[in-house]
Amino acid sequence: MKRLLKEFTKGITIENPTFGLVLGLCPALAVSTSVYNALGMGAAATFVLVGSNIIISAVRKVIPDQIRIPCYIVIIATFVTIVELLMKAYMPSLDRALGIFVPLIVVNCIVLGRAEAFASKNNVLHSFCDGLGMGVGFTLALCLIASIREVLGSGKFLGMSIMKGFEPAIMMVLAPGALLTMGLLIGLVNYWQIKRKSGKEIRRAGCHGCG
Amino acid sequence: MDAAKLMSIMISMVFINNFILSKFLGLCPFIGVSRESKPAISMGLAVTFVMTIASIITWLIYRYLLVPFDITYMRTISFILVIASFVQFVEMAIRKTSPGLYKAFGIYLPLITVNCAVLGVAVLNSEAFFLNGYAVKGSFLMSVAQGFFAGIGYLLAMLLMSGIRERLELINVPKSLEGVPLAFIVAALMSLAFMGFSGFSR
Amino acid sequence: MRDKLRVGSAPHIHSGEAASKVMWAVFFSLVPSGIAGVFIFGISAVKVILVSVVTCVVTEALIQKLNHKKITVSDGSAALTGLLLAYNLSSHVPFWIPLIGGIFAIAVCKHTFGGLGANIFNPALAARAFLLASWPKHMTDFVRPFNLDGLSSATPLAVLKEAKLQSVEAMGLSYTDLFLGNRGGCLGEVCVLALVLGAVYLLWRGYIWYHAPVGFILTASVLSMLFSQQGFLKGDFFFSILTGGLILGAFFMATDYVTTPMTKKGQLIFGIGCGVLTFVIRRFGGYPEGVSYSILMMNAATPLIDRWVKPRRYGAKVSGLTGKRV
Repeated sequence: MKRLLKEFTKGITIENPTFGLVLGLCPALAVSTSVYNALGMGAAATFVLVGSNIIISAVRKVIPDQIRIPCYIVIIATFVTIVELLMKAYMPSLDRALGIFVPLIVVNCIVLGRAEAFASKNNVLHSFCDGLGMGVGFTLALCLIASIREVLGSGKFLGMSIMKGFEPAIMMVLAPGALLTMGLLIGLVNYWQIKRKSGKEIRRAGCHGCG
Repeated sequence: MDAAKLMSIMISMVFINNFILSKFLGLCPFIGVSRESKPAISMGLAVTFVMTIASIITWLIYRYLLVPFDITYMRTISFILVIASFVQFVEMAIRKTSPGLYKAFGIYLPLITVNCAVLGVAVLNSEAFFLNGYAVKGSFLMSVAQGFFAGIGYLLAMLLMSGIRERLELINVPKSLEGVPLAFIVAALMSLAFMGFSGFSR
Repeated sequence: MRDKLRVGSAPHIHSGEAASKVMWAVFFSLVPSGIAGVFIFGISAVKVILVSVVTCVVTEALIQKLNHKKITVSDGSAALTGLLLAYNLSSHVPFWIPLIGGIFAIAVCKHTFGGLGANIFNPALAARAFLLASWPKHMTDFVRPFNLDGLSSATPLAVLKEAKLQSVEAMGLSYTDLFLGNRGGCLGEVCVLALVLGAVYLLWRGYIWYHAPVGFILTASVLSMLFSQQGFLKGDFFFSILTGGLILGAFFMATDYVTTPMTKKGQLIFGIGCGVLTFVIRRFGGYPEGVSYSILMMNAATPLIDRWVKPRRYGAKVSGLTGKRV
């Protein structure tokens, strides 16, 4: 149980796909114009991650090593097609908003990365937790970027106006705003990490100095 | 297809809808390989080559396989398989025939398989140049042009970025922004500059 | 990275003093244009200039204090950025536009790169592009000159773009009006006379070279004469020089020490590139004016230009495309 929880939470915290591993950037920037889009994209990616992780883990002993990557791609593409068709049928407006980034989940490095790094080596239950954790981590990161961009760029949160008389900076929902937000956020994460690390180093040095 | 149409595809793909700076396609290799200009140019050329050929192949598949049999929902899966196997094939061919060329740009080919810019241009082609399941007039040439110029736009962004990042290597930048974060900020300012091209009338 | 020999990037400034001398010289050479702007657009121009300059200086001081660095606002570079930013705004903008613009220019465009001498893009112009993308309504709201009621007026280039009136006379203006600044526009760009005075001073003292401005202005104006909306060779040569921010951009921003090439040849290439891009945006683009965007784009190409035209060491081979010594 503890192991399952660990596999789940690592995707949200230390191995967060967007800020920790810096993977899957294209959709993270392209669809983060509003929190609604971010949630939709996050849900779609989570579905694909969980589904492909389960299947790949289940058949991991059957797949010959030499052709494993093409096999993974076929499995992932199957789930992406399912999402595409479901979204077209039930959420056409979201489908239009996300555009080509729905089919492009297939080349999202997070999905293939988890298949190769985790699902091909672990059992079904662990892979499920890993996929879910990574998916939730991706969704949260997307929502963080999207909240910043939506609030600053259109003065709204989840489509609701937040402040009267606030004139939003339209650039934030355009391409430069996405790149800028991403750069500053990764910089902030680095800042915290450097701070934490240097604190540790100083402490260690102190101990050695005493010893 | 007339020259004006070609021109408008060129300007649109290289400047206005630049794949990196405005569409966010292929960012991972853009950030990863743009540290120095030599590999950046090789990568850009490899992407241009693969995108052009991928546009041709996926157009043929879409037009003569998926549309006639009414299985366009197989688009994603068939495109990615074809692109992946094509890239694999080219990589093997180059490795066997020309070690020099392989060293210059072959090593970037595997990276391109999962580059969303390549699948992206194929999907965009199938959406822009097919109306209600029928190929619009001149759609083949337009697809090829779109693929090629999208690659040129990619190359341009790579080239500018690598020049800037080589200069930044020599500068004492704030520690927490070193590398990837600053690359994003530079890309943001470049994207801001490229907005000057928005709203081209022709 | 860490093992690399630390080499400072160009320009190789030896002491803060030399840099600050140039910065203040450029600052003072811009003063006549500011006075003209205040004279033409009234007291609101003073407000914009003050807010912009003070914001830039305070932001720089704050960031340097927070980073425990030496506070270097007295070198004049932040003040100059603020002044240039104000000159690129309409006198009509609400006070928070230069405020946010100044913070963006100094914090995002300058100090993320490590401060003076490190930035790739001209901070004032990047901030202007940011403001224009964010609040297009305020940024394109220009007032009529000598008008205390703040009536709006389109800039001559915007009028030309909408192709309503195609000659200077039809717009009710004369070349003298354009030269003296009796037209709608950004507050520091309208009075060509004042700008030229400042530019002549800088050229005479040798603070700037003529290569970039001349290349820039000639390329933009000749191209707009050759390929105008009215047909081949029918464009107005002087109109394209006297309107928009061409003079301001060419003399004061395409000659910036930090963000433009180091050599004279590089400066010429830079200027010609700016001219071509300005013409293309003015003639075909969605915006009426392209000076600031063209300078920003060429800023991005500056490291490459520097590498291509760097004086070659004797006997060293240079690889074609990357310009790197091999």
